[in-house]
Amino acid sequence: MRRFGRWLGLGPALALAALLLCGPEAAGAERYFTLATTAATDNSGIFGHLLPRFTGRTGVTVRLLAVGSGKALRLARNGDADLLLLNDADAERRLVADGHGLERVEVMYNDFVIVGPEADPAAIRLAETAREAFARIAALQARFAAAGDGGGAHARELAIWAAAEVDPQAASGGWYRDSGLASGTALHAANDLGAYSLTDRASWIAFANRSALRLLFDRDPALFNQYGLVLVSPQRHPHVRSLEAQTFLVWLTSEEGQATIAEFRLEGQQVFFPNARPPEE
Amino acid sequence: MSRTILPGGLQSVSFEAGGERLIEDLTLTFQPGPLSVILGPNGAGKSLTLRLAHGLLRPSSGKVFWTGGPDAIRHQAMVFQRPVLMRRTVAGNIDFGMKLQGWSRQERQRRRERVMTLTGLTHLAQRPARVLSAGEQQRLSLARAWAIRPQVLFLDEPTANLDPTASRAVETIVTAIHESGTKVVMTTHDLGQARRLGEEVFFLHRGKLVERGLAKRFFEQPKTALASAFLRGELIW
Amino acid sequence: MNDFGEAFAAAFWLIATLDPDLYEIVLLSLRVSLTAVLLATLLGLPLGAAVALFRFPGRQVAAVLLNALMGLPPVVLGLIVFLLLSRAGPLGVLGLLFTPTAMIIAQTLLVLPIVAALCRQVVEDLWFEYEEQLRSLGCGPGRAIPALLWDGRFSLVTAVLAGFGRASAEVGAVMIVGGNIDHLTRVMTTAIALETSKGDLALALGLGLILLVLSLTVNGTAYLLRGAARASGL
Repeated sequence: MRRFGRWLGLGPALALAALLLCGPEAAGAERYFTLATTAATDNSGIFGHLLPRFTGRTGVTVRLLAVGSGKALRLARNGDADLLLLNDADAERRLVADGHGLERVEVMYNDFVIVGPEADPAAIRLAETAREAFARIAALQARFAAAGDGGGAHARELAIWAAAEVDPQAASGGWYRDSGLASGTALHAANDLGAYSLTDRASWIAFANRSALRLLFDRDPALFNQYGLVLVSPQRHPHVRSLEAQTFLVWLTSEEGQATIAEFRLEGQQVFFPNARPPEE
Repeated sequence: MSRTILPGGLQSVSFEAGGERLIEDLTLTFQPGPLSVILGPNGAGKSLTLRLAHGLLRPSSGKVFWTGGPDAIRHQAMVFQRPVLMRRTVAGNIDFGMKLQGWSRQERQRRRERVMTLTGLTHLAQRPARVLSAGEQQRLSLARAWAIRPQVLFLDEPTANLDPTASRAVETIVTAIHESGTKVVMTTHDLGQARRLGEEVFFLHRGKLVERGLAKRFFEQPKTALASAFLRGELIW
Repeated sequence: MNDFGEAFAAAFWLIATLDPDLYEIVLLSLRVSLTAVLLATLLGLPLGAAVALFRFPGRQVAAVLLNALMGLPPVVLGLIVFLLLSRAGPLGVLGLLFTPTAMIIAQTLLVLPIVAALCRQVVEDLWFEYEEQLRSLGCGPGRAIPALLWDGRFSLVTAVLAGFGRASAEVGAVMIVGGNIDHLTRVMTTAIALETSKGDLALALGLGLILLVLSLTVNGTAYLLRGAARASGL
């Protein structure tokens, strides 16, 4: 039994040694920080444009987490991310008010669009406002594919339904299909179902698989989509990489950063518009 | 083989399993020298007696004794009715027992070559043990046991599953082991085999020792009625 | 159908031209899954053998638990590891969340029950067969472990391959604890999920084809091993 004890310990000891050997990326002298953003923002490809220029300029690398908006906020509250780039102003302000976020800085905007089948059975091309477009869809009970991930597009969509005095949950499973997916994936569902959907312009242009869908409605103030940066509070979460995150915030709101945003083109179109403003108090 | 573990044996040993008394107040002593055969009808407790003596089973009462103390099992080996061979080569199986004895590589190799020659397995050395014929498998069991130079070798019905040719080969090896100085204690239900190999007989019936004596005398003039009925081939129960 | 053909053509092109992004992802996947399988093997074999051979209180419970954990959904395990490694969790100070190490930990825990449970079964069966003979040779359960593991080597390698199959194919756990960070924690399965959601099917399909080849290799190896084992009477 004594012999076995020695032997039994050997496996776990080797395992621990191996784990230690393979974990150098946890430490190291690399200057980096973790940026949490929405999958839709990442899917636009803008980070492939921004991050190399930022890293080239500052030597700081960015670990980009593309998750649902709700998850990103959760990461900030737990101190698992250093900086947020989101499009949910209310939730961002709440984060700052609760002390998890240090400050919120607006940096750029894009807009949402309503897409749907080319035939446009609800004739939303003729609508004056987004609210009217949604009302027409509900009146016809035309299929609508929702992004149910709690992200910015989802929040905006629910707000427009509320304005149109429609309760989509009542029709859930009928004409209203809540995919539970991020908005990029919801576009696949819309494509297959011949359904309408709300998505951001960047996701729409980046969505390479649009065979039957068309952009049917855009350019309404209700579809305006403001992005803000929130620095996670180093007072509340002492381990956060505040310096590196702050470097990114300063760069992105600088003339150079703002110009870099404006330069980004998706299929030849500008989809993000810089509008940096001083931090909110 | 610094010191001998013989004599040894059972002293007033009883063994119970499942509420049944299978061995009852059994006392027998194995002396150095004669090849001992344990005889008896089915259910007499022959295999149990071997396992108790070898230390594989613990007696319910009484005691098993070997001269020189408790690690006597190191100087014993056993070959079972159905060979238990490991999933390795013939050479690997023979090596395994010697490794447990802590022998060096050269020692093992020399001894392995020797016992493979003695058991006629040399040409099969690198063959996986479990694809051998039944006779070859039993010869390998004997070789593995013999390799560690046991002072006592227990054989439990070593030829029960073998054809006559293979049985004869096993008997030849058993004789050679006996002549090499190892004390052999075997059970058999084959009276012919008992006559050919046995020098001393323990006759058991229903877990009790009925008669013991030199083989020649036992086979010619059994002292008990049970033994003579058994030798006449009558079913006794 | 056009999509289908185009995606395949693009996928083959990526593979054939040794696309650096694709191969970076493949290499990280292999590094994470192979390390996890190695660790799970080092931990799982002794654990399985101990549960098979030693009588201790709770042994039956341990055996049932191992079998039950074999079927644990990766997302659930990912969630648990996420909560442990989060800065707000008990192991938060290590700062391991969203690193390859976190993915290795999650996959190790995912594979461990498979290796341990199958090892327990193999060792228990062998011990049942060998016990008398090994005790006769002076070998108790403790000393028997290396011998039993060696004799069960073909079955155990199959168990380890099964573990590798599970690790390399799962997406739930690595997505949650790794975060699918480009150039850091993006592996084949998470990249496939991401690229599909973006509608970029070529990279997703290219990676899918590589995963398929990997799975075929693993299963082919297991099949050949079984053949070899049967040929040598194991």
